[in-house]
Amino acid sequence: MIPDRFEYYAPTTLAEAINLLQQHPDETKVMAGGQSLIPLMKFRLATPGYVVDLRNVPHLDVLQERDGSLIIGAMVREARLESSALIRQRYPALLDTSSVVADPIVRNFATVGGNLAHADPANDHPAMMVALRATLLAQGADGQRTIPIDDFLVDTLETSLKPDEVLVEIRVPQPAPRSGAAYCKLERKVGDYAIAAVAASVTLDENGACTQAGLALTNVGPKAIRASAAESFLTGKPLNDETIREAAKLAAEAAEPGSDLRGPADYKRAMVRTLAARALRRAAQRATGSIAHNGNIGGGVA
Amino acid sequence: MATETETPIRGMGHSVKRKEDARFIRGRGRYVDDIKLPGMLFLDIVRSPYAHATIKNIDASAALAQPGVLAVITGKDLDAAGLAWMPTLMGDKQMVLPVDRVVYQAQEVAAVVATDRYAAADGVALVNVEYEPLPPVTDPIKALEADAPLVRPDREQKTNHIWHWEAGDAARTDELFNQAEVVVKEDLYIPRIHVCSIETCGCVASFDAVEGKLTVYMTTQAPHAIRTVFSLVTSIPEHKIHIISPDIGGGFGGKVPVYPGYVIACVASIKTGHPVKWIEDRSENLQADSFARDYHITAELAAKRDGTMQALRVKTIADHGAFDAAANPSKFPAGLFSVITGSYELDAAHVEVDGVYTNKPSGGVAYRCSFRVTEAVHTIERMVDVLAQKLSMDPAELRLKNFIPPEKFPYKSPTGWEYDSGNYPAALRKAMEEIGYEQLRREQAEKRARGELMGIGLSTFTEIVGAGPSHTFDILGIKMFDSAEIRVHPTGSAIVRIGVQTQGQGHETTFAQIVAEELGLPVENITVEHGDTDTAPYGLGTYASRSTPTAGAATAVAARKIREKAKNIAAHLLEVSPDDLEWENYQFRVKGTPGKAVTMQQIAFAAYTNHPQGMEAGLEAVDYYDPPNLTFPFGAYVCVVDIDRGTGEVKIRRFLAIDDCGNIINPMIVDGQIHGGLTMGMAPALLEEITYDENGNIQQGNFMDYLLPTAMETPAWETDKTVTPSPHHPFGAKGVGESATVGAPPAIANAVVDALSHLGVTHIDIPITPWKVYKILEEHGVAES
Ligand SMILES: Cc1cc2nc3c(=O)[nH]c(=O)nc-3n(C[C@H](O)[C@H](O)[C@H](O)COP(=O)(O)OP(=O)(O)OC[C@H]3O[C@@H](n4cnc5c(N)ncnc54)[C@H](O)[C@@H]3O)c2cc1C
Repeated sequence: MIPDRFEYYAPTTLAEAINLLQQHPDETKVMAGGQSLIPLMKFRLATPGYVVDLRNVPHLDVLQERDGSLIIGAMVREARLESSALIRQRYPALLDTSSVVADPIVRNFATVGGNLAHADPANDHPAMMVALRATLLAQGADGQRTIPIDDFLVDTLETSLKPDEVLVEIRVPQPAPRSGAAYCKLERKVGDYAIAAVAASVTLDENGACTQAGLALTNVGPKAIRASAAESFLTGKPLNDETIREAAKLAAEAAEPGSDLRGPADYKRAMVRTLAARALRRAAQRATGSIAHNGNIGGGVA
Repeated sequence: MATETETPIRGMGHSVKRKEDARFIRGRGRYVDDIKLPGMLFLDIVRSPYAHATIKNIDASAALAQPGVLAVITGKDLDAAGLAWMPTLMGDKQMVLPVDRVVYQAQEVAAVVATDRYAAADGVALVNVEYEPLPPVTDPIKALEADAPLVRPDREQKTNHIWHWEAGDAARTDELFNQAEVVVKEDLYIPRIHVCSIETCGCVASFDAVEGKLTVYMTTQAPHAIRTVFSLVTSIPEHKIHIISPDIGGGFGGKVPVYPGYVIACVASIKTGHPVKWIEDRSENLQADSFARDYHITAELAAKRDGTMQALRVKTIADHGAFDAAANPSKFPAGLFSVITGSYELDAAHVEVDGVYTNKPSGGVAYRCSFRVTEAVHTIERMVDVLAQKLSMDPAELRLKNFIPPEKFPYKSPTGWEYDSGNYPAALRKAMEEIGYEQLRREQAEKRARGELMGIGLSTFTEIVGAGPSHTFDILGIKMFDSAEIRVHPTGSAIVRIGVQTQGQGHETTFAQIVAEELGLPVENITVEHGDTDTAPYGLGTYASRSTPTAGAATAVAARKIREKAKNIAAHLLEVSPDDLEWENYQFRVKGTPGKAVTMQQIAFAAYTNHPQGMEAGLEAVDYYDPPNLTFPFGAYVCVVDIDRGTGEVKIRRFLAIDDCGNIINPMIVDGQIHGGLTMGMAPALLEEITYDENGNIQQGNFMDYLLPTAMETPAWETDKTVTPSPHHPFGAKGVGESATVGAPPAIANAVVDALSHLGVTHIDIPITPWKVYKILEEHGVAES
């Protein structure tokens, strides 16, 4: 439980941080909340020679709506999302997600940026961001670039960030009228990574037909999986028991689960179906205003 | 004279706030890792990545070159001192450090001693061990096959079979089975689990070469037994060994065994001349320290068609890992498993257990289960439900029909135990009434008609605790008495020293209450000490719910000895004959003369200032209590579950525990013990298990995958009690520390099976995971689609 030797830096500007990254690009790790990085180091599964902590870098903790997007600074901690009135009222699906990440102690440290940059298929935010079609802003020595979430997530623990790039912010499109989203997670116990989880996002037209659907899966493949067939199937259709059941079935088909201590593969696939149906129902309820825009929904809530 | 205090006595039956909590909640507890001695070094352990391998070579040169590393100790070093092996409490022997082979993953291979724990950890990473892997065996049933890898070639017997043990009457049991109208049979597996105390194991060993004295601060539940074992192993005279067990952050049976780390730390201190601290980290604790359960059971129950239970036949394969290092009483290799006939009147029973070696860490720790009582209770309580289902009888009705009737106590069980007292129907009826059993059954029927799944599970268990009478119970020959020593000071306060060792049970409070009650001294004025072998009287320690039945009894008897002497002093003070005195309302009164009385405070002062001529001064007593029998607490638990048809999740809606532990010293502490015990009982029922892959790799080696329940998984426990005193205990108490851990798992398993019984499900092995349940739902076409 004691990490190998490393040098620790806590730069006070982004430029300084990027400069530090450039010096030993292959031996340096950025640290945000440290809740994934430090356990890896303590188990000596990661042995970076240098750690660059972003805690003192200013302006990475914005949380506001701007230019049609919700801006989440990379260093916004989960606890901040949970206590934000803006999130509670306008982005309840992010609250669904945040409140099932780990436990309150971890959430006091863990950041949304770290959750995405870590790119563990078991992390909860990636699937939600895929369903919401978020865009990420990264900054490196060569300047800034925006990366759509689907391009950002490359593989297990692998993103398209370059070794000297820092993730700066996440941009979530502001919800159109009659939109709703939800995140349903099944876990073995509180604080656990998902057995499976499903993020759903829908926008309806005046007649209740789905104009846009986002559906993505957590921890049933090498990375967060977009259930594209289910998304296309729903587009143009009303959300009812029948279409939801069919979309859930398509979502389950998109899963690529393996068997492990969180259950056999066929169980996880079945759970994607159950959770997709529950998430879609909850998203549709939110879109039509038939339920309050808050509250947790775990796997167990029908 | 001493001033009289207004403070009430608050002896038996008072919910006195725990004396120890003031320091615990203010962060002022003193655990082993808080001990810092001048010049102290740190020890860290190199562990085997293989479950079974020969060691070709250990190269410590890189580690020794690391700044701060002072020594690397290997099995060869220990072997030279005759310490590479140590005896276990079960008559087996166990490697301290291996000379040429490892027999389980995470086994200790070498130890690094350094100036700080960081240097020690870096040193561990630099010790280069060359292994040649051998095929391991981790399944005890396969281990018994002729061509299985041999776990212990060091033994004369070239087999993985350790011992065979049985109890009861085989012939009579077979006869009843042959004639039986109904027989039910199930295979039950009680998985391997770990105690996972909040505090891991560790010690600070300090050898004083000038005095030739070894002082060891260590996380042990049994400091005196450890002192004797250490003396026998090291041949350091026993008076030159001082074991101090400071505050202990949970033991649960896991801190009874002697682990290699303790011995290595002592050797390291002798070798370096410095105090040496060894503290396990969480993963080491979980991967290498002794495990519990791991019983493969086949049980059969014979009955008449009207539900009269007649006989029980049980065969068991017990997985003990690589060393038989359990801490049972010596004559009980399978613990008290033969209490398996439970609360039921049976004509006969026959129980067999075969102990087996596998390439896993030692098993058999008595994890909050007395000794193997959890396994026994799970078996009988499941089997009663299986029988009820077969007979289409309500499980409550079947239990009421077969309970040992209250008037038959003391009751001689078919496996030889004499149950001291019990009133099982009263406890079950109370539970049924409080939970609204009939109404729940109606609700269940309605829900079933709508396709919803809800279950009600019962567990009406009998515990067996308080080991134990010297004619049967010993550990390495040391009889399982326990002790107390009380000294009353001149001003009427007192110190009590006991041979048992608290790890959260609240002894500092409850033992003070016993003395308060017996002597009429306010509980505040009584200090309880334990855990220091230089000052406490010899005792066998705390586990198996034995503290109140043994040392608690010793405390009451010692106090009564003091009261006898006090009576003579009172007679002297009141100028009457002792025969004219009565002990009433915590005072000695002259019979028939109101107002003529003396308190214990007055007597205590006189014992030092004005004692009668010819009598010894002072007011103190010692008692070594040899219990005439064990005590048999019991309970009736009801669990109500709902099952999510979309996920297979089991939600405990209600859980009511009616416990009977005889007379209660402190109801709040008993409640605390039951709440904690219920959570620890729920854990293996729904969450916890340790498994190994075919290469012997542990699958749940950290808390990400070893699923300890948190407050979030824990339902709101409902508790109540009945009181059936023990007839042989000095104040009618039994023991309660383990009842709930023992009683809860079958109540939960029974509730889940009950929810699915209409589908023909008769048994599900614990832990009952969502995917086990979901598979059943799918197979029967009742999963939510
Ligand atoms: C007990 C426990 C339970 C957990 N359970 C869950 C769970 O249920 N669901 C879940 O989603 N997560 C869970 N986590 C993980 C937790 O949410 C992590 O903290 C999170 O995934 C990473 O966020 P962080 O801020 O701690 O990142 P860090 O640990 O600091 O970093 C993680 C990785 O991301 C990189 N990184 C971080 N920020 C940036 C940046 N701005 N730019 C570039 N790279 C960056 C780091 O270099 C590192 O490789 C759990 C963690 C613990 C300890």
